[in-house]
Amino acid sequence: MLVRPKQGILDPQGAAVETALEHLGFSVSGARVGKVVDLEVDASTPDDARAQVEKMCEQLLANPLMESYEVEIHG
Amino acid sequence: MASPQPRIGVVTYPGSQDDRDALWALAALDAEAIPVWHEETELPDLDAVVLPGGFSYGDYLRCGAIARFSPATAAVVEFADEGGLVLGICNGFQVLCEAGLLPGVLLRNESLRFVCRDVPLVVERDDLPFTSRCVQGQTLVIPVKHGDGRWFAPPELVGELEANRQVVLRYGEPCNGSVDDIAGICNEPGNVFGLMPHPEHAVDPLLGSADGALLLASLVDAARARALSVV
Repeated sequence: MLVRPKQGILDPQGAAVETALEHLGFSVSGARVGKVVDLEVDASTPDDARAQVEKMCEQLLANPLMESYEVEIHG
Repeated sequence: MASPQPRIGVVTYPGSQDDRDALWALAALDAEAIPVWHEETELPDLDAVVLPGGFSYGDYLRCGAIARFSPATAAVVEFADEGGLVLGICNGFQVLCEAGLLPGVLLRNESLRFVCRDVPLVVERDDLPFTSRCVQGQTLVIPVKHGDGRWFAPPELVGELEANRQVVLRYGEPCNGSVDDIAGICNEPGNVFGLMPHPEHAVDPLLGSADGALLLASLVDAARARALSVV
């Protein structure tokens, strides 16, 4: 799952990364730094796995005040 | 017969750092300071609880996010729901926000730098159990030391908090990028208070300031009043 700072929330890490990339000569904008959580779950179907992970996101893995999340299922 | 000293618990999580200073400061202010281990599922008989500063559970994932689920935090939430006095300092403030006892969230400082210095704080309310020894409009000097102290909430929530007068302390100068320079907030009933600065590090002039003692002694007074009323 991917966790990102919500749109509109100041992300100083993203801003610092963007400045560093500009110093290296890259032309970039809108850099945001989030995080990835890889998990293995026991699930009978991909939908079941997704439902479990979404519950985990809501309870612990993301704070809805400041973060949005996306779940990707593999395997 | 009530104890002559109010009983104030200080929760120690793995990674808590300021629990001993908090215990020391409360004892110096004439409370019976009682350590509470994070694995305890029930609090001892207490008149108030303090969640101290530090880096509970390494502050992994988000500050306070894992401490929120510790057994002692569940007991503190129950204590707060029954009207018990709860003070969260720094990491303790982050835990209270993650636990939903206080609104908002603490984000990485705008500067990306750890700030460690004395800051002026303006007292917005003096009618709380945590500020009764202060005067509204008074400036306190208390140290901060944090990397993730930028309090944030969406504008509509901030408006609601301002209207309810839940902002208790504001930085008197820019500190970490907090919305409206908010340094400390309380819940709506006023029995739960969290702040980023460290009053327990400012309880003696030898430490540079004794202004933190005004906040902690207010809590001790309120806890004592509660201890006496439960006889």
